[in-house]
Amino acid sequence: MIRLTDQAFDPGVLLSDFCRDRTETGAVASFVGLARAELGTAAILELEAYPGFTEGEINRIAQEAVDRFSLDDFAVVHRVGKIAPGESIVFVATAATHRRAAFEACDFLMDYLKSRAPFWKKETGPAGARWIEPKPQDHADIARWET
Amino acid sequence: MARVLLFGRLSDVAGWRSREVESPSVHALRDLLSAEDARLGEALAAPGVQIALDQAIVRGDAALSLRSEVAFLPPMSGG
Repeated sequence: MIRLTDQAFDPGVLLSDFCRDRTETGAVASFVGLARAELGTAAILELEAYPGFTEGEINRIAQEAVDRFSLDDFAVVHRVGKIAPGESIVFVATAATHRRAAFEACDFLMDYLKSRAPFWKKETGPAGARWIEPKPQDHADIARWET
Repeated sequence: MARVLLFGRLSDVAGWRSREVESPSVHALRDLLSAEDARLGEALAAPGVQIALDQAIVRGDAALSLRSEVAFLPPMSGG
């Protein structure tokens, strides 16, 4: 399941829904990304997507994760629009027979979402607005999967 | 007329997000936009800017049709 939403979501509800009615899945791993206040320098985060293209690219990445880690299932929920500090930006869950695959697939999906998924992120605070681009650490994170 | 979309910092630089532009190819379109607005031209030439034609990334030039959608995509950052 892939969903973009401009509404705040409750990651606990998403995780419960994701776990429901599974009899063969032995492991579910999940990740929740939250908007940081950056000690008051970031009042609001604004995320832009390219409707259609963004979902398609996430699906391409997720199908790669399904093949690579033999996932039973996955969920990606991603906010767009204005996000206040403390709100969830992204929810990722992965289901697999065993825990290692679920953990690794979740890590893999997040590394790809950080620097390869079509989102553009603008942070606005007292000092004005700035566009956030992937950091060297984000590129190093994704390189781990490309060997 | 191709539909041109700008995302992220590119739309801030240009002051628009979507426009109809007549152009025979992706590169001709980029050259036309750059000639009209030097600041946008500089932003489009920055490292990491990708181009999507009808929602698929293109590397190199490609011909445009009347209903083409061309999106200029600066470096992406989700999560």
